[in-house]
Amino acid sequence: MPEEILASFQVKRLSILDETGKADDALMPRLSEAELRRMHEAMVLARIFDERAVALQREGRLGTYPPIRGQEAAQIGSALALSASEWVFPSFREMGVHLTLGYPAAQLLQYWAGDERGQKAPERLNIFPFCVAVASQIPHAVGAALAVRYRHDPAAVVAYFGDGATSKGDFHEGFNMAGVFRLPLVFICQNNQWAISIPLKGQTASASLAQKAFAYGFEGVQVDGNDPFAVYSATRRALDQARSGGGPTFIECLTYRMADHTTADDAGRYRLPEEVALWQARDPILRMERYLSGRGLLSEQAVLEVRQRATSIVDAAVREMEALPPPAAAELFETTVANLSPRQAAQRRGR
Amino acid sequence: MAQMNMVQAINQALGDEMARNDRVVLLGEDIGRDGGVFRVTEGLLERFGAERVLDTPLSESGIVGAAIGMAAYGLRPVAEVQFLGFAYSAFEQLFAHAARLRTRSRGRFSCPLVVRTPYGGGIKAPELHEESSEALFCQSPGLKVVVPSGPYSAKGLLLAALRDPDPVLFLEPTRLYRMLREEVPEGDYTLELGRARLARTGNAVTVVAWGSMLERVLQSVAGYDAEVLDLLTLNPFDVQAVLASAAKTGRVVIVHEAARTCGFGAEIAATLAEEGMLQLRAPVLRVTAPDVPVPLARLMDQYLPAPDQIRAALDEVLRY
Repeated sequence: MPEEILASFQVKRLSILDETGKADDALMPRLSEAELRRMHEAMVLARIFDERAVALQREGRLGTYPPIRGQEAAQIGSALALSASEWVFPSFREMGVHLTLGYPAAQLLQYWAGDERGQKAPERLNIFPFCVAVASQIPHAVGAALAVRYRHDPAAVVAYFGDGATSKGDFHEGFNMAGVFRLPLVFICQNNQWAISIPLKGQTASASLAQKAFAYGFEGVQVDGNDPFAVYSATRRALDQARSGGGPTFIECLTYRMADHTTADDAGRYRLPEEVALWQARDPILRMERYLSGRGLLSEQAVLEVRQRATSIVDAAVREMEALPPPAAAELFETTVANLSPRQAAQRRGR
Repeated sequence: MAQMNMVQAINQALGDEMARNDRVVLLGEDIGRDGGVFRVTEGLLERFGAERVLDTPLSESGIVGAAIGMAAYGLRPVAEVQFLGFAYSAFEQLFAHAARLRTRSRGRFSCPLVVRTPYGGGIKAPELHEESSEALFCQSPGLKVVVPSGPYSAKGLLLAALRDPDPVLFLEPTRLYRMLREEVPEGDYTLELGRARLARTGNAVTVVAWGSMLERVLQSVAGYDAEVLDLLTLNPFDVQAVLASAAKTGRVVIVHEAARTCGFGAEIAATLAEEGMLQLRAPVLRVTAPDVPVPLARLMDQYLPAPDQIRAALDEVLRY
């Protein structure tokens, strides 16, 4: 008996905007000039927010903080494809997604300053709290997608995670259920190539992360994660497919963590400056600005103005956050359970 | 009223609540076509369809994690974990998420789900099928832990759990599934979570027990002037009921089938030391399994608290 081929698949990589700022017209998503400017502004806002958060931590005004520097295209490119009411299950390094969806910047700072009230998403948004337990948010997204399907809602559910998450059991369990039930899900992996000190090759022997999806019976695609157009385009397509009953998609955004894992980390201990320099040249914001100025949509003056506007938004958020009164001790009990037990109620009274 | 065993009572609670509330959805391994390995969900797939009785892949963390997402979205999922020993791989989902979603989101999201799982020893099953690790789950503020002791309490507590605004771990004593039959009302009734039940009144000694140990305690105390308290909810447990009975009898024996060290009996004994010491006439004693992993069937009788051990503890406290 001859051996048969049971399955075969191709792993595609999507890239639209190159490092020099040239876009492939055939693949370019339809974005108005206003939308292009908005994309740039959102990326700059995320960058300036991030720089400020790191600076605040160094000054002792924020707790440990995980920078997003270098991941702005992956975050803003995908977030702009979402509708504001989308159910989103983040990990803990998606501040650019939050800002783009309109999550209050002051609340993000409040959370990273150690005040959990910053995690309370505004009613208009359906963003789950940051998830520090790596990959464990993936099954939650699966559950929300099961509920979407049960309710016949015309919605999709989005889960964000990093490359490290793909090594965890919940990645497997969530992907497997998503495939079995053919759920309206979009999985977005920001493969920033480092899980603290473990590089991608220490995380997986696969040629890509995207290909893992095929084993679960749905499509995975790798996109240039520093190319906001590729990320946007892939996310749009995946959302359309999910909403129309076509099942889940896995999008691997190949990007780079330009900063340390967190402000408590020193990436100089485990990676070479040459590698960082190589990726600094691929900075997604540089690329976006080259594209826009190439099209005559962004002058040097306009770049400055965009930065100034972002800076004043962040300034205002810092002022707002620092003006908030600290949580009262009773706040410990406020939202623990719907109804405190007699013992909890006594503890709340200080006994 | 009908005579029912615990399997029938739980099945009726699930079916009735599903009929009343279309947000109640079941998910788990083998719960649909097979009706569950203990047949607890038998007939529900036929009655409510595959949209509401989901046979899932073998995936405990995925099942509990998905239930969290469903609950946050507005459904009332009931996840079955086939045996408590398999819930260990869902531990992170229960601890890191179900128990604290309300806290982490400052009330923006809540997690009204029930995780049902058979637990406890004495059914001649393979390894990890007879665990009694209830105390582990009680150290997770935000998660309620409920243990019925018979068909009547199983139905009333499960209906209460299905309407509770927070996550509930519902531990079904496997050994009792088909052992006891009781009068169970056909209609709707709930037993308030967090309330113990006086299973027997007495004056000389209080015995605190739950789950399958309750039945063993009731058999063991024949001839003693013993009060027996059926805890029913472990987290939060009925502190006042324990203190009131201890104040009345002055002697307390706690019986549980889990290992002794850091078992739930320790919490009860510590509470008595803090709040009931001056009413006690004798040391608080625990009758428990030894501090060893749960054995297989051939050593189960040597592992579980035996009636003569329970009576020996009663005799000891009654000497004071």
